[in-house]
Amino acid sequence: MAEYQNIFTAVQAVGPIHHGIELKTESRRTGEPLIVHLLGRIGNAQIGPFYLGALGLASIFFGTLAFNIMGFNMLASVNWDPIQFVRQLFWLALEPPAPSNGLRLAPLNQGGWWQIAGLFLTISIMLWWMRTYRRARELGMGTHVAWAFLAPIWLFLVLGLFRPVLMGNWGEAVPFGIFPHLDWTAAFSIRYGNLFYNPFHMLSIAFLYGSALLFAMHGATILAVSRFGGEREIEQITDRGTASERAALFWRWTMGFNATMESIHRWAWWFAVLTPITGGIGILLTGTVVDNWYLWAVKHGVAPMYPAVWAPVIDPSTLQGLKP
Amino acid sequence: MATLSFERKYRIRGGTLVGGDLFDFWVGPFYVGFFGVTTLFFSLLGTALILWGAAIGGTWNVWQINIAPPDLKYGLGFAPLREGGLWQLITVCAIGAFGSWALREVEICRKLGMGLHVPVAFSFAIFAYVTLVVIRPVLMGAWGHGFPYGILSHLDWVSNTGYQYLHFHYNPAHMLAITFFFTTCLALSLHGALVLSATNPAPGETVRAPEHEDTFFRDTIGYSIGTLGIHRLGLFLALSAVFWSAVCIVISGPFWTRGWPEWWGWWLNLPIWH
Repeated sequence: MAEYQNIFTAVQAVGPIHHGIELKTESRRTGEPLIVHLLGRIGNAQIGPFYLGALGLASIFFGTLAFNIMGFNMLASVNWDPIQFVRQLFWLALEPPAPSNGLRLAPLNQGGWWQIAGLFLTISIMLWWMRTYRRARELGMGTHVAWAFLAPIWLFLVLGLFRPVLMGNWGEAVPFGIFPHLDWTAAFSIRYGNLFYNPFHMLSIAFLYGSALLFAMHGATILAVSRFGGEREIEQITDRGTASERAALFWRWTMGFNATMESIHRWAWWFAVLTPITGGIGILLTGTVVDNWYLWAVKHGVAPMYPAVWAPVIDPSTLQGLKP
Repeated sequence: MATLSFERKYRIRGGTLVGGDLFDFWVGPFYVGFFGVTTLFFSLLGTALILWGAAIGGTWNVWQINIAPPDLKYGLGFAPLREGGLWQLITVCAIGAFGSWALREVEICRKLGMGLHVPVAFSFAIFAYVTLVVIRPVLMGAWGHGFPYGILSHLDWVSNTGYQYLHFHYNPAHMLAITFFFTTCLALSLHGALVLSATNPAPGETVRAPEHEDTFFRDTIGYSIGTLGIHRLGLFLALSAVFWSAVCIVISGPFWTRGWPEWWGWWLNLPIWH
């Protein structure tokens, strides 16, 4: 019963440091790798070397600028008081321009900084995307990481660019800040009749939970057959061994179906990637195509029509003379 | 048909927890075992009860079928079948089926000489379900605090329960759970993509090695956790997501009854700010 379940690496073999596969081009890596024993208890002990490169440098440059613009705007909002900055950090925000500003450039202190930070953050992310593509090709690998990365970029651009443009004002976009972006999420859901009734939101959550389920199943299965070398997945894919066979039979005997050592990674990739893709579709349709997801669900026979418990509330945005 | 080419040599006797050789056989691809029989019993009975509940519920619209827990007035007692008693029986069947399934996984692990990671991981999911329909209702004093069984009705329950605490995003355990869910999704996409990009390399290249995988991640972010480590990390992230989800709902009601945004007052009122 008391068998070792390979939760930690008990004995660490420390070999010569690996400086990485030789690059095809003249490019050089930076940093002398170091060994951290505690990391080695869970995974590889080696940190580095790191490849910086022009794309990486530019990406970090723009990302740092965006981060600092957000931070200094938050600091300015508490009168440059560093103590209040720490105290209220979770509540502080860099808000987008007011809806009345439309899609124009806003004065710096009325959303202009938000526009600049958003632009720099977008540039930084796109440069990092190119970096993931280039690093893979440099090693002769497939570009699956880059294409997977494009999925959360899609969601990011829907939230901060595509949907605001379709709605006609930057005020629709998400503020930068911890609690403020949560407030935005809750207000967005309520404004459009509760996002739980949005079928793409349903799909996105199903893929998100499915991703957790898949990683629990896959991680647990590989650890359970690690005594047969199951974690050497590439080897098991190209030359099936007893680890793959037992892993496959475990699920076949349990639920009548099994993936293969390669196909489980295709399941994984698609579940993870479809989470932000479907989520982005759901956001993009909200307010542009569908104004109230509850009424949409009732119309299509998904949700029942609940009895009215309280007196009807007038949507303030339908009132005349009101300009937010 | 049902057996894989290499399967025969693995189909051996033994490894059962209960029942000895009695149920030690396969039906098609499925292993049976004592717990296969109990799984079948609980799941068939539970499904029949759900169908009964649907039949007396007034709609066969699959989105709207709803089997609600008892009214709060029944407290922790038994309710009449039509007024939540079905929900109580279905809950018993569900827990029986999930528990049987986990124990059946243990038997299969023992048969195949594998570690027990999968049934342990599954028990986290069972724990989260039991938290929702047993632990929290017991702490709150009524089965009526369980969630209803139905596609739209359980979403309504989540929405309503969330707004009872004004704004559930401010629940610190909910924050942790969501962060773990998103991180799991990110890590899963990276792991899946990395393995696929090594075994499906650039045109004209041979299959890449784990050294290429490590180099890719070291080049990109400075660290590669490695082939064994990523599965430990993934399992940890996924189980943490489930665990903190259970925590975030069990503290809502039994330990905190006001709006969650208010909870953060302790931070704003720390003496160090003065």
